[in-house]
Amino acid sequence: MNILLFGITKDIVGCSSLSIPVAKVSSLKTVKALKDYLSNTYPDLKKLSSLAVAVNNNYAKDNTAIDTYDEIALIPPVSGG
Amino acid sequence: MKSKRYIRQTTLKEFGAEAQQKLSKAKVLVIGVGGLGIPVLQYLNAMGVGVLGMVEQDVVDLSNLQRQVLYSEPDIGAPKLQVALEKLKAQNSETTFKTYDTFLTPKNALEIIADFDLVVDASDNFATRYLVNDACVILKKPFIYGALHSFEGQVSVFNYQGGPTYRCLFPNMPNSAEIPNCNDNGVLGVVPGIVGNLQALEAVKVITGIGENLSGTLLLFNGLQQSYQKIKFQLQPENLNIKQLQETYEDASCVNIAAVSLAKLQELLKNKADIQLIDVRTENEYEDDHLEGSINIPLVEVDDRLDEINPDKPIYMLCETGKRSKIAIEILMEEFEESTFYNVDGGMSAL
Repeated sequence: MNILLFGITKDIVGCSSLSIPVAKVSSLKTVKALKDYLSNTYPDLKKLSSLAVAVNNNYAKDNTAIDTYDEIALIPPVSGG
Repeated sequence: MKSKRYIRQTTLKEFGAEAQQKLSKAKVLVIGVGGLGIPVLQYLNAMGVGVLGMVEQDVVDLSNLQRQVLYSEPDIGAPKLQVALEKLKAQNSETTFKTYDTFLTPKNALEIIADFDLVVDASDNFATRYLVNDACVILKKPFIYGALHSFEGQVSVFNYQGGPTYRCLFPNMPNSAEIPNCNDNGVLGVVPGIVGNLQALEAVKVITGIGENLSGTLLLFNGLQQSYQKIKFQLQPENLNIKQLQETYEDASCVNIAAVSLAKLQELLKNKADIQLIDVRTENEYEDDHLEGSINIPLVEVDDRLDEINPDKPIYMLCETGKRSKIAIEILMEEFEESTFYNVDGGMSAL
């Protein structure tokens, strides 16, 4: 599973994308489960009260199902102008 | 003169005289005349938008010049609104300008926006962005969204013909502690130019109806990879159900923090008062310039460096503008309930 990181999530994780082996993510069935998994690995992600997630370039909700080969994007709001 | 002026775009068969006519009748409000607002205004003005409104109350600062390319060195200290108006008038004398020498607030937003057909959100903070969204939803006006984070940008068209809004992507405003702004985080000069130009393009498409605008699509631009990602999203109908603005869009912080001026602090330092002064700016900012006797604990590290703070001495917190130091105090107040805290009002920028 490939995870693209935008805005502050990129700064928190330290790179612009994450590749997670199938074996690790096969138990993660929903966006919520993936969020929890990532928050445990990168605790600073927990501080983001407002974080959009896209699955295969479509905005996803917590209960959206995910597959091991999906492309995920973490999109926090950004405020700069 | 008029037909010749716009001939390079009226020649385009998808655009033509008809689209030009629509531009000349359009009334567009640009909120913020900074990194995003400047390219938006320069292009919409050049291309022949009939009425351009500008909302801004800031003055030109030296640190603006690397990205706000309408301003020059002699403009430093002058009101942005006045400088921009003068230069844009010289660029196109046929445009009607309406200027609002204020920041957008819940008190003035509906009245200002009501006079326009289209709004461009070129602001630089979440409070204004959520205010623009809510006001546009109430008044049923479409708005062009653009926002930045270091080398990245986001662009979309919200509230267009009953389409999705800002709150359909990000339902609630984050607090200022979790997402840094440009002043704290930095932005590469050319990035707002690119994102602002993308906003101007969307504005032209919405006004004239050519092409496909970004309603229902969030465009993510990454300058370092030179890549664009398009995310589709849907309307959450409850977000159209806004009947009135919130009383305030600022952080709901109810903690009362004592403030002290920089001058007063300098006097205390001169008299060798028994205080501790903590500068919560980044290491780079601290190296550039700092007050003697201060220690540097960047805001992001405050949580982890509590042992460096002596809770028995009065604690003075300092940053560039007084915002980050206030957040740091809120964090420390939970740890050291008995300690005395002072926020240095206006921060180092008051030097």
